[in-house]
Amino acid sequence: MSEINVRPVDSMSAQQSVMNESSNLATEQYLTFFLDGEEYGVNILSVQEIRGWEQPTQLPSSPQHVKGVVNLRGTIVPITDLRERFGLVKKEYGSVTVVIVLTFIDEYSNEKVVGIIVDAVSDVYDIMPENVKPSPGIDQKLEEAFIKGLVNIDERMLILLDVNKLLKNDVYIDESVDE
Amino acid sequence: MAVDLTQFHEVFFEESFEGLEIMESGLLNLSAGSDDIESINDIFRAAHSIKGGAGTFGFNQVSEFTHDLETLLDQMRDGRSPVTDESVELLLLSVDCLKDMLKSLVDKSEIDCSAALELTEKFKSLLERNSQLSAAPAVNDTPKITSPNPSLSSKWIIEFKPHGHVLQTGNEPYRIIRELSALGEIDVEVDISDLQPYAEMEPTDCHLSWMLKLSGLDLNREKIDEVFEWVADESDINICEETSAPAEQAKNAPVAFENGSYKQALEPENESLPTSTNSQVKVAPESKVAELKKESPKKSVSQPAESKSIRVNIDKVDSLINMVGEMVITQSMLCALSKDFSTDKLDTLVSGLAELEASTRELQENVMSLRMIPISFAFNRFPRLVRDLNSQLGKKVVLELKGTQTELDKTVMEKLSDPLTHLVRNSMDHGMETPEQRVALGKPEQGNVELNAYYESGSVVIQVRDDGAGLDVEKIRAKAIKSNLIDENDVYSDDEMQNFIFRAGFSTAEKLSDVSGRGVGLDVVTQNIKSLKGTLDVKSVAGEGSVFTIRLPLTLAILDGQLLQIGNGVYIVPLVSIIESLQIDENNINRVAGGGSVYRLRDENIIVAQLDGLFGYKDCSVSLHNKMMIVVESSGKKVGLVVDALLNQQQVVIKSLETNYGHVEGISGATILGDGMVALICDIHVLVDLALTNCQQNQGGVYECNNERVA
Repeated sequence: MSEINVRPVDSMSAQQSVMNESSNLATEQYLTFFLDGEEYGVNILSVQEIRGWEQPTQLPSSPQHVKGVVNLRGTIVPITDLRERFGLVKKEYGSVTVVIVLTFIDEYSNEKVVGIIVDAVSDVYDIMPENVKPSPGIDQKLEEAFIKGLVNIDERMLILLDVNKLLKNDVYIDESVDE
Repeated sequence: MAVDLTQFHEVFFEESFEGLEIMESGLLNLSAGSDDIESINDIFRAAHSIKGGAGTFGFNQVSEFTHDLETLLDQMRDGRSPVTDESVELLLLSVDCLKDMLKSLVDKSEIDCSAALELTEKFKSLLERNSQLSAAPAVNDTPKITSPNPSLSSKWIIEFKPHGHVLQTGNEPYRIIRELSALGEIDVEVDISDLQPYAEMEPTDCHLSWMLKLSGLDLNREKIDEVFEWVADESDINICEETSAPAEQAKNAPVAFENGSYKQALEPENESLPTSTNSQVKVAPESKVAELKKESPKKSVSQPAESKSIRVNIDKVDSLINMVGEMVITQSMLCALSKDFSTDKLDTLVSGLAELEASTRELQENVMSLRMIPISFAFNRFPRLVRDLNSQLGKKVVLELKGTQTELDKTVMEKLSDPLTHLVRNSMDHGMETPEQRVALGKPEQGNVELNAYYESGSVVIQVRDDGAGLDVEKIRAKAIKSNLIDENDVYSDDEMQNFIFRAGFSTAEKLSDVSGRGVGLDVVTQNIKSLKGTLDVKSVAGEGSVFTIRLPLTLAILDGQLLQIGNGVYIVPLVSIIESLQIDENNINRVAGGGSVYRLRDENIIVAQLDGLFGYKDCSVSLHNKMMIVVESSGKKVGLVVDALLNQQQVVIKSLETNYGHVEGISGATILGDGMVALICDIHVLVDLALTNCQQNQGGVYECNNERVA
């Protein structure tokens, strides 16, 4: 099981650091991870923990991307494969496969816990909300569903996900994004 | 003695609500013209305890109101006031009113006195009428000790000598004197002759006695007895009326009371107090009130009814303590063993662990049994509901309660009352015809609603049955088409149509009534039952009535499970639903024309289904060679489930899948096995239904006969 330290942001670009000092309160921290070569970010406040991959118990009559449930210290937590969720090519699970355990609020305002399978965890960034640009509308359906926006950092582009929307739509069985 | 009384409030509320329930059920047993003294006494006792408690804690509105209520009850008890529908109704309304008052006290909100005042007025007018009606005979008939001139000013002499331990039982003489002073003018003399020297004095004992002279209007024996009611067992009390004649005449004139159990001479008031109290043979007044006081605790123990706490038999607690003791011993034994463990001690370890397992199981069973309470707690509110609805809807319905001793988990019970209320209301309003309609249909004028509870293979079944009109399938179909739920050409069986009534917003009632018809009720019921992991269905025959059946799992937390291996997965089936397990003999498999497979088990033919097929896994194997079958039962239907292997049996703690995921059909929950893996618990009720439907449609998981073998 791999643990990621949420370390203070010291390796950021100068521009980022300046922004940090000027308005620390306004920034949001995002944990980013890789998925099929792209870097995605989720608000770090919704991240509960990061775990290694372990074989989940398969659930009957569940969507393809829901891999099953695991025991997280006594609670039953569903595990969903984000690659399959996004309709990407499947990848073999191995020792480097990472499960990010996220909490979200469902439509009945209950807090729920879900694990998402990603390729690898990348970094933690401080991001000013005003730097988040709306996505240019490539796939309206996906964007409306759970993409919060895009943000450019150095040479890279991050895709920020709205965890609540992503998982709310995700868990429910009648959802048929990729079936 | 400054005691923080608020700590007792909760107990008071609990007992009072309990008392109100006793009153309510007693009142429902009373019918007009009845002279069931026992019922009236029950009601009276309950009312009296509430009044006493409320007085003690300073809830004056409650105690005053209860006092008015008591006056009427008292007259009923003496036969001075007849038991009429009107008075019973009035008393029932006051029970409701008291309930509201107590609820506001619990919530610490303002008490709404308007209802109480209104009822008080009604009481007064009723009492006045009664006294006019039966004034003359009533006085003669009454065996009670009443003051000869109740309306005139009278003087009473009371000797009050509490026993030493009276303070330890929480009775404060000061409070009693304070209450007496509320009745009239009081003159108090304290007798300190028993007071020990300071060094020898037992500080928690009462060493004082009092001589009280009370004078006031409208005083009578009962009023005074009532004040002393709580201490009657623990003190010597002597109450005499000083006749209005001059004191000299009263001197030495014995006053014989009508009640033969005691005769007490009036002590001359001018004699010195110490001698008089010491020389007298003290007889605690064995008045009715005192008897009632003694009886009432017994009554309430035999009929426990509570909302937030459980009364537990002391034996159960003792056995729990014993078990915990055993566990502690085993645990310390294991602890010692682990300090210098070697392989030759393995036997000891194994036996120690077995012991631990046995006591854990026993402990768990006992703890679970503490939570179980008879379903009568949920059922008991219905006689009142039915009575009220009868008068509201103009129907004649008799309620029958069956299986009231069926025990159910307390948390389940609490969530069950609302759905049950909905169902009973529905039966009464929609289901039941009016008496005229019934007679016209050739049915007995009186309708029947029956509540029944019983166990069936690991679940509790609760039925609400009525002999009313039943569900009108055509009406439901028309409504469903109108609401675009189904297409006109769709074919649904009657059973399926009937289950449409559980949809949100579905109501076939032509007009709304106060009672039901908004189409919300049954949807809410379904939701509630679902949240308890139960199921709800309806069977109805038009013109003959309907039966609503609620099926609930017996316990929510732990079950005895059989672990099964299917492919790489481990599943759990509740042990109670398994009838038998067997090795499949392929010669006994038969394929019924066009349908699924059946297994010939002795004289029975059982439908066979692959468990993984039922779950919709595509890669389920079809070969039955070397496989096991478990025969499970639900609602009287048997199905054989094919599994790869039977693993061990163990108790599993049920974890919810809904917490973080959602409901999965055929799965009632999950559990965590010893190795930390999650195993799913099969919902046999759903799986059996699924297997039967699949079999009818010849698809999915039902075993397709192996062609090779047939060839």
